[in-house]
Amino acid sequence: MQIGLEHYLAVAAALFTIGVFGIFVNRKNIIIILMSIELVLLSVNINLVAFSSFLGNIEGQIFAMFVLTVAAAEAAVGLAILVTYFRNRGDIAVEDLNLMKG
Amino acid sequence: MLEAIAFYLLAGVAVLSAFAVVAARNPVHSVLFLILTFFNAAGLFVLLGAEFLAMLLIVVYVGAVAVLFLFVVMMLDVDFVELKQGFLKYMPLGGLVGAFLLGELILVTSAVRGSGLYTDSPAGLPDGVTNAERIGRVLYTDYLLLFQLAGLVLFVAMIGAIVLTLRRRDGVKRQDIHKQVGRTRKQGVESKDVLPGQGLG
Repeated sequence: MQIGLEHYLAVAAALFTIGVFGIFVNRKNIIIILMSIELVLLSVNINLVAFSSFLGNIEGQIFAMFVLTVAAAEAAVGLAILVTYFRNRGDIAVEDLNLMKG
Repeated sequence: MLEAIAFYLLAGVAVLSAFAVVAARNPVHSVLFLILTFFNAAGLFVLLGAEFLAMLLIVVYVGAVAVLFLFVVMMLDVDFVELKQGFLKYMPLGGLVGAFLLGELILVTSAVRGSGLYTDSPAGLPDGVTNAERIGRVLYTDYLLLFQLAGLVLFVAMIGAIVLTLRRRDGVKRQDIHKQVGRTRKQGVESKDVLPGQGLG
């Protein structure tokens, strides 16, 4: 049985959906929200690499590298903000996060 | 055939562990399932012929990002059971949005199927050129500026994380090189004239 592009796209679609679903259902726990964002970015990477491979064009993999870079930076800054927030508040429930009254 | 078995195994475990990430009760388990997801995605990348990116995924995500998550989860003293409360409350909304998204993505995927834009199987490597070499040839020429900017993004993120988490606490003895080197004999030594038989009392 031949594994085609649409198989990989289906996996990426499933991961993306699970990531968005995770953001919705874990409204209180910001750590899980950050992990869900990582899942979404991973599904983007799978799409990029799959298209790169099936189109025979290497540039998709280079863009996947840039997505990886941004994901790593985002995780670092997000977790730093989380640690600072925990120091100030003593918990990480983001549902009642309205210090700035925005 | 073997490729199909490998694909279904890797994809199945990746999707299941991704679901476990969002559904797990304990965030430490979530991080561990996230690591499992990344490993399986790296396996998929190997199947696609992108070995370099697969190794990069393991090094960056499992080696750095997931460990960072693990540190933070274990450092924060939070009642995680309480944080899980709204799970069932938001389940219908999340499920609805998820179902819509999945339906849309499947529509797009099935539209791609008939477009004839891509080859039927992963494009093979040109003779004697590895995946890493191909990436390097393009990355260091056409995308040199973007590559440098990616470095800048990481640099700014590093400084941002340090600035956000660094704090000065009172009552902690720190080294102050200027103070230590600038200390003179006058400040350090005090000469007392002690009378015999009396001491300094």
